[in-house]
Amino acid sequence: MTSATTLTASLLLPLLGAILVAATGRWPNIRETATLSTAILLFVLVCSLWPSRFDGIDQIVLLEPVPGGTLALHLEPLGMLFALVASFLWIITSLYAIGYMRAQGESNQTRFYTAFAVAMAATMGVAFAANLFTLFVFYEILTLSTYPLVTHSGTEKARRAGRVYLGILLTTSTLLLLPAVIATWLFAGTLDFKAGGILQGRVSNAVAGMLLLLYFFGIGKSAAMPFHRWLPAAMVAPTPVSALLHAVAVVKAGVFSMLKVTTYVFGTDLLSGISISQWLIYVSLATILLASLVALRQDNLKRRLAYSTISQLGYILLAGQLGNATGLIGGGLHIANHAFGKITLFLAAGAILVATHKTEVSAMSGLGRRMPLTFACFLVGSLSVIGLPPLGGFWSKWYLLLGSLRAEQWLAMLVLIISSLLNVAYLLPVSVRGFFSAPLASGDETFNPVPWPCRIAMAITASGCILLFLAAGPLVRLLETIGL
Amino acid sequence: MDPILFERYPYWIAILLMMIGFYTLISRGNLIKQVVGLNIFQTSVFILYIGLGNVEGGAAPILRAGTDVYSNPLPHVLILTSIVVGIATTALALGLVVRIREAYGSIEEDEIRAKDADG
Amino acid sequence: MTDLNSLALLVVIPLLSAPVCLLLPGERLPWLLATTVTWLVLVLALMLSAGIPEQGSLDYAMGGWAPPWGIEYRLDAFNGFVAILVATIGALVLPYAAASVAAEVAPSKLPGFYAAFLLLLAGLLGTTITGDIFNLFVFLEISSLSSYILVSLADRRRALVSAYQYLILGTIGATFILIGTGLAYAMTGTLNMADLAARLPAVAATSTVHTAFAFIAIGVSIKLALFPLHLWLPNAYTEAPSAVAAFLAGTATKVAFYVLTRFIFSVFGAVFVFKLTPFGWAFTTMALAAICLGSVAAIFQDNVKRLLAWSSIAQIGYTVLGLSMATVAGLTAGVLHLFNHALIKSALFLAAGCIFYRLKSVDLVSITGLGRQMPWTMSAFTLAGLSLIGLPPTAGFISKWYLLTAALERGWWPAAILILVTSLLAAVYIWRVVESAWLKPIAIGRAPVTEAPLSMLVPTWALVLANIYFGLDTSFTTGLAGRAAETLIGGSR
Repeated sequence: MTSATTLTASLLLPLLGAILVAATGRWPNIRETATLSTAILLFVLVCSLWPSRFDGIDQIVLLEPVPGGTLALHLEPLGMLFALVASFLWIITSLYAIGYMRAQGESNQTRFYTAFAVAMAATMGVAFAANLFTLFVFYEILTLSTYPLVTHSGTEKARRAGRVYLGILLTTSTLLLLPAVIATWLFAGTLDFKAGGILQGRVSNAVAGMLLLLYFFGIGKSAAMPFHRWLPAAMVAPTPVSALLHAVAVVKAGVFSMLKVTTYVFGTDLLSGISISQWLIYVSLATILLASLVALRQDNLKRRLAYSTISQLGYILLAGQLGNATGLIGGGLHIANHAFGKITLFLAAGAILVATHKTEVSAMSGLGRRMPLTFACFLVGSLSVIGLPPLGGFWSKWYLLLGSLRAEQWLAMLVLIISSLLNVAYLLPVSVRGFFSAPLASGDETFNPVPWPCRIAMAITASGCILLFLAAGPLVRLLETIGL
Repeated sequence: MDPILFERYPYWIAILLMMIGFYTLISRGNLIKQVVGLNIFQTSVFILYIGLGNVEGGAAPILRAGTDVYSNPLPHVLILTSIVVGIATTALALGLVVRIREAYGSIEEDEIRAKDADG
Repeated sequence: MTDLNSLALLVVIPLLSAPVCLLLPGERLPWLLATTVTWLVLVLALMLSAGIPEQGSLDYAMGGWAPPWGIEYRLDAFNGFVAILVATIGALVLPYAAASVAAEVAPSKLPGFYAAFLLLLAGLLGTTITGDIFNLFVFLEISSLSSYILVSLADRRRALVSAYQYLILGTIGATFILIGTGLAYAMTGTLNMADLAARLPAVAATSTVHTAFAFIAIGVSIKLALFPLHLWLPNAYTEAPSAVAAFLAGTATKVAFYVLTRFIFSVFGAVFVFKLTPFGWAFTTMALAAICLGSVAAIFQDNVKRLLAWSSIAQIGYTVLGLSMATVAGLTAGVLHLFNHALIKSALFLAAGCIFYRLKSVDLVSITGLGRQMPWTMSAFTLAGLSLIGLPPTAGFISKWYLLTAALERGWWPAAILILVTSLLAAVYIWRVVESAWLKPIAIGRAPVTEAPLSMLVPTWALVLANIYFGLDTSFTTGLAGRAAETLIGGSR
């Protein structure tokens, strides 16, 4: 199979999987087999693209729905990385979901797995999008396909969360992103992602600044403040969905899109001339700090993790605005590292929920002794997100600091350091409490064993965090080739 | 004498009829009276057309020895068609009114609305 | 068969089949005849459209009387497109109608129903292909009269009142068109569109021509349900039998839009409407008002059909907005949305009809939890709803893209913002339905219902899939819309 067809196949495979899942809904075992095998096959497909990562693959045009707006795919380093992470974590999440959904006795599981597969197809589309039009199309499909997941339980609370979710994501993408894309088309005459940007020399700096602003806030999935509310709201969803939102696809698609826009639409040269870019750095920094501070005050574990995600996304947004290669490497690496770190944290949180039905941090004292694997994984994830060696998170923060230094953003360096301390303050207490505090005295402790698929999934992602520290070299080399 | 006022009297009649018809249509709550208003309104347009087709000193457009000037026959033909359309409309409107009376027991708009509000 | 005589057959076949339909015994035969005829007409329309020359039109002189004296039928890129649309929607609605109409119309009235349906089809196609403005009036009235009948045939008394209101307003509109036609004739001595276009510029400055256009514009706007002349539409669409609502939503207002465009660009001329007189701005204003008020009103409806009807008023605003830009891009967007909205709204009304067929109600409160009992129907509604909102990858998104690009190119960015905001309002009203059906528990006390019959689901899904298809492969729709717009703008220079 040529790499060009592989690219198309990786888009169509999850869709096929979705159809299979929907068709086999009556037999749960076959349905789950369909999900898992699709996920594994997708990962194999994406891996098979790895050898052509340096040559890249030029545009493959599938369709042309509007003039200039083709549905086209290509392969470039950032997309390669994102697709690898997403497709790998899909396997883990599916594995976990099988254990979790059955243990929790959730209804509408067929709808769940179908929507999940469609969301993965959209993610692949985002990762391999060769132009802004394609990116926009798959970005919107991703929003829609995750809606049934967010509202899965169908309770009044879930419905309200779904409204916030769709409301913010659709409003930002329709009111800001879509006009930005169309304006780019009218100014540049093309929507293709090109090394060095397509707007260079086509627009004045003031207009470019306006466009940058539209993109920055229009890509609502990157949860930049003040458009972050949907992420904590979506916490009502089952844990595998949180994993999908926070680690596998959704927010990553947001920051990934922003990185692609700054790199391939604006280009570093243009970016350095835009004064608004400096303000967006401040917005990113404010997001990092404020979200960390809010996270500190949350007692609900999943909410705390949600705010932590918002803060961590700020890092990647910052990387996009730094305008140098080192920062970009940091941003790219952080997509992978945060994905692995955060998914580990969520899977552990979900495991605690399945085992003890506890959601509040304050209630988790001493639980570490009863579920050591879960809390160990949680610890590994925490350390990676904090950015300590020997875990992958260290590298992304390292490159981000280096990038800030190169860009002479002293404030950014300061905020990165403070934020790491804040990460320590809100993440470590969970494991510390679990391992060292005395268990709460209460009579009717129910304790269900954590299903084995969940245990395996957690263990794999925690090991992934360590692996990402040891084997960061190939990823760095991949990201170094991004044409600036 | 102002020619606008007198020589073009068919237009004034048409406009007057149009106003009467339109006023009846919007001011009456009785469905039959509305249909009557609609009819007057349509008829005014027929007169307008006939007025348009008149040629000064022209005879009725029937071929006859000794006549050279005829009124334009085309508007007459058009109006014949319009009359047919008008009749069809009126018939349908009246038919509907009969059915409404059967269903509601009234042909007064406000009473019908009140009955609809009751369910 | 593709000789020019078949242009006349497009109208003659349904027109002559209608009385036959009325005489056929039973309930099945009239339906069969109507369906056969409609499919035949669709094939004819497709064959004829394929034969339209790249630049220009197929012309046919009725009865052999050469224009401008005789009546001329003309098929060019624009009305070919509209004719295909009308025939397609008809051909899809009729198979659906068999079950749906039998449940909503008394059996004794079925032959009459299908006869009226064929008359409506004949009227719409005649309006579309005629090149003579008086003939247009006649066909418009044939279609209107038959749609009053169709609306009134639903088995509930409110339908009668709605049909009556529709008749009164529709007749006022028609009479206005008649007045305008008469005045235009008085100034030019011709009724042929091409001939009028040649002669009107010489007298364009006279107040008679201004009055003529004003009357025609108002008359057509009533038929089009352009705000603030839309009052008949919500009642008529809500109370009509579902199949009729779907057919009317996809064709009647579309043909009225066609008539408006024809009058503006091919009869009076864009220069007259947009440069010499302020009519263009009047249309822009009304279109923007329609978009806003229609969208807002739709949010507050508790009946799905009424909600869709109000949404139609907003969508009509979008098409007229595209037209009022008077650029090739704007007109392309308008014509494109004409087609796409027909697909969207017909699909939605068909889905609503499926709901009605089972529940005997389309109130929001009664459809809660329906997604679990009628998953295919509600999926169809949801997908078509996404298209209405204008989300990719659907036909509605393509419309929105073209409309936005056209507005920004024209420098109308406030209009562009309005388009975006109102598309979010569409999301709000569609989501009220989606949420009720999928996320709320099944309404208490509702008897368990099953999926709608296949004969209703297949046409619904055909339209839904068309929505997705034309959101991905747009060469057919945008190609034809672009050609139509260029023909119109080119012809009016």
